[in-house]
Amino acid sequence: MKSCKSKPRVGRIHSIESFATQDGPGIRFLVFMQGCTAGCLYCQNPDTWNLKAGFDMSAEEVLKKVKRCMPYIKASNGGITVSGGEPLLQIEFLIELFRLCKINNIHTAVDTSAFYNNHDKKLLQKLISLTGLFILDIKAGHETLHKKITSRSLCEVIDFLNILESEKKPYWLRYVLVPKLNDSKKDMQALKKILSGLAYCEKFEFLPYHTLGKHKWECMKLKYPLRNTPPASLQDIERAQLVLNK
Amino acid sequence: MFTRGRWDKTIDMRDFINRNYKPYDGDESFLCEPTLRTKKLWKKCLRLFKKEHESGGVYDIDVSTVSTITSHKPGYIDKNLEIIKGLQTDKPLKRAIKPLGGIRIVEKACEDYGYELDNKIKEIYLKYRKTHNDAVFDSYTTDILRARGTGLITGLPDNYSRGRIIGDYRRVALYGIEKLIKAKKHDKELFEDYSSQEAIRLREEIADQIGALEDIVELGKSYSCDLNRPAENAKEAIQWVYLAYLAAIKEQDGAAMSLGSVSNFFDVYIERDLKLGILTEEKAQELIDDFVIKLRMVRHLRPKSYSEIFAGDPIWITESIAGVGIDGRHKVTKTSYRFLQTLFNLGPAPEPNLTVLWSSRLPDNFKRFCASVSIATSSIQYENDDLMRLIGGDDYSISCCVSLLKNGSEMQYFGARCNLAKVLLYALNEGRDEITGEKVVPGIPPVSSDILDHDEVRQRFMQVLRWTVRTYVEALNIIHSVHDMYYYERSQMALLNTELTRYMAFGIAGLSVVADSLSAIRYAKVRLVRNNKGLTTDFKITGDFYTFGNDDDRVDGRAVDLVTTFLSEIKKYKFYRDSLPAVSILTITSNVMYGKKTGATPDGRKKGEPFAPGANPMHGRDKNGVVASLNSVASIPYSECRDGISNTFTTVPDTLGKTKEEQASNLVGLLEGYFIKGAQHLNANVIDKKTLKDAMRHPHKYPQLTIRVSGYAVHFNKLSLEQQKEVLARTFHEIM
Repeated sequence: MKSCKSKPRVGRIHSIESFATQDGPGIRFLVFMQGCTAGCLYCQNPDTWNLKAGFDMSAEEVLKKVKRCMPYIKASNGGITVSGGEPLLQIEFLIELFRLCKINNIHTAVDTSAFYNNHDKKLLQKLISLTGLFILDIKAGHETLHKKITSRSLCEVIDFLNILESEKKPYWLRYVLVPKLNDSKKDMQALKKILSGLAYCEKFEFLPYHTLGKHKWECMKLKYPLRNTPPASLQDIERAQLVLNK
Repeated sequence: MFTRGRWDKTIDMRDFINRNYKPYDGDESFLCEPTLRTKKLWKKCLRLFKKEHESGGVYDIDVSTVSTITSHKPGYIDKNLEIIKGLQTDKPLKRAIKPLGGIRIVEKACEDYGYELDNKIKEIYLKYRKTHNDAVFDSYTTDILRARGTGLITGLPDNYSRGRIIGDYRRVALYGIEKLIKAKKHDKELFEDYSSQEAIRLREEIADQIGALEDIVELGKSYSCDLNRPAENAKEAIQWVYLAYLAAIKEQDGAAMSLGSVSNFFDVYIERDLKLGILTEEKAQELIDDFVIKLRMVRHLRPKSYSEIFAGDPIWITESIAGVGIDGRHKVTKTSYRFLQTLFNLGPAPEPNLTVLWSSRLPDNFKRFCASVSIATSSIQYENDDLMRLIGGDDYSISCCVSLLKNGSEMQYFGARCNLAKVLLYALNEGRDEITGEKVVPGIPPVSSDILDHDEVRQRFMQVLRWTVRTYVEALNIIHSVHDMYYYERSQMALLNTELTRYMAFGIAGLSVVADSLSAIRYAKVRLVRNNKGLTTDFKITGDFYTFGNDDDRVDGRAVDLVTTFLSEIKKYKFYRDSLPAVSILTITSNVMYGKKTGATPDGRKKGEPFAPGANPMHGRDKNGVVASLNSVASIPYSECRDGISNTFTTVPDTLGKTKEEQASNLVGLLEGYFIKGAQHLNANVIDKKTLKDAMRHPHKYPQLTIRVSGYAVHFNKLSLEQQKEVLARTFHEIM
């Protein structure tokens, strides 16, 4: 992301959603960032992968839009959530945006898979200090499965968790439950092991796998890897939860 | 036992309520389920509704009795089960004829449902007694007939009754009719010394009003109620108010026959009776349930074509609930809850049209309860009390969908709407109708190039608009002076002050179509496609343009400019009986019909495609989510659209949040934010597309499925297939 470094105040943005309710507390102004290199099997937004697609917006421009939505956000104790794509790929932009949000008393959240290319820990520290809430995706509880789902390593997620823990930063954890891919008893036990040691995790939730992203793969002439996988049912979620609760 | 005050000496309902009502901050836990009796009675009604539906929408018609306050013998659903008594005719769901609006329309309505109007009645109204409809057409100018013929101005109340007037029905219960007659007689004496036209007319009108009041007493007697005296307890208060309303709907079949704001008035009596120990909570709820059952039985006889503009048999028995008083106390009472509870006790329904006057100062418990009722039933509309209180004070009601009227002292002359998209198309077609080719507006020069130039289009548009507005004003002046003469609402006017503020209500359809069209012409390249008659049939658009519904001033500002311009053109004229002009952006269900009759527009909308309802963005063009879409509508200034700005919002439950609590609190957040932004109205639908699709296939499974359209609610099953499809095509706010 060279362009971002030279022009840190401009973000490459995929789209904006003025009303979201599941990505942080209250009504959220959601910014989808462009760019992700993880290539997860069940990705529902493959159109956000390309680092060069989308459009530019400065942090000020985003803030201006958020401000027009403040009455809704205030009334519901909501805020802004940056998702993607992998938002951490544009960390300088995030820092600038959240700095402005902080000045304006707007709650901030980042929805990330913790795939953070740049090992500049100082930047990360800075972002963490400006962020109200992290929403962290965890793809699998053990490395083999993790590697099967995504190109990245589970260690990156664990590292990130450790940083958040040591910074005493509240966060939510989410796990996309995919039938026959990451929902076995063994998978759940591995997940449980990770969850057991976490002190600042405010909320853990399963997201049921759905097939609504499939047409996007087809639009992009990509072969959808989970063609034969059914969406996760309520029972699937309950079953997984049961193992986790044991 | 009531706190006395000014109300005791003169007619002042607001003073009575303010001195005696008790704001309620608690939650809904006190509410009661329906009693066995209520369930039994409601079951009978549901059976009747089913029969009505099976016989094509009309259960029965009395083809030989002209409906007046006293025309029919008392009617009952089940005399032993009913608490609040009174029906429009001698049998439930039997529709009555009201030929004063127009005899041909009554004849047609009877025919449409396989009945034949009594010959004698036909003869009377064709030979001996002129109707409103005939008188209007005798007075119309050729310009009006042309504009009406092509659908430039549509839905005018020239062959049906105008409605929209809300009698202050509470007066009958608080004062008793004897006192009301005395007051009206006193008013009449005030005009004895004048012989101006207005004084002569008022004397005659007041005499009519007094006659109506006497008839209401007779109506009461037939149900063993002595309406001459004030109501003495909660049951009587509700009964008295209902009979006063019943008188209105027996004699008038106006498009919207709203109820006002009776809930807090009832609450005063209910709280008193509870305190006296002569009523229990269960019985209090039973009274409200029974009253609402009565309101759900109201029917008017309409021809089938009527449902093009007002689908689903609406009455608009709008009841306005809550709001905040000038003294700072909120106006939520236990009876506000009891009214909403009927949606659970009797199931969701379009009537009465429950309207919550929203304020950020309403108690949190009530806000959350309203939201959860919306999520469960999609049957409530919300209007911004913080905004309307500024002009309406704290004793006003909503008439129809979005029109504010102060209780007892204001009325309006309903004026349907003009098709703004056609105005634009006439500007591009030298004043000719884009579909028929008929010359409607004279003196419009052709546009100079097939690639549209914004400034030129705008100039032509203004020329057509000026002609349209002039014609529109003439039409309304004619309609209402004639309506006063031939179909005067004597029973409703009897319950209003003699001295009134009157509004003349104008409307716009197709606002978002025109705003987007002008944006396309300004920001993209729009080329005309013409047929061999030289009429525009399509538009080729190259490039992007901003669309209304995305919180973007570059196009939202155009919508604002359109309404401002429209109003300032209207203001150039004088109005019948010194009424004040007011504009609404509201389409009811006519957005489908308007679209059908309108050619392709420069925003890319194809010929025949529906408009968006009310002030909504066009389907699918609001791409930045709910809040951005709401913000665009909120940007339209209420000060320029005093008669209301309707917005219909549809979302699926999951989009509002995961749990029921989250969904309710986020819906509260949406309403709160939207109204702080200065918006006036929101219809909230929380419903799955799947449910609607299933209801289209298996209507019998969803007899009570209710959905809010522009400004009112309908039973989904009562919409035409076209209208159902349009509802499904609307933007459903859901996040993937």
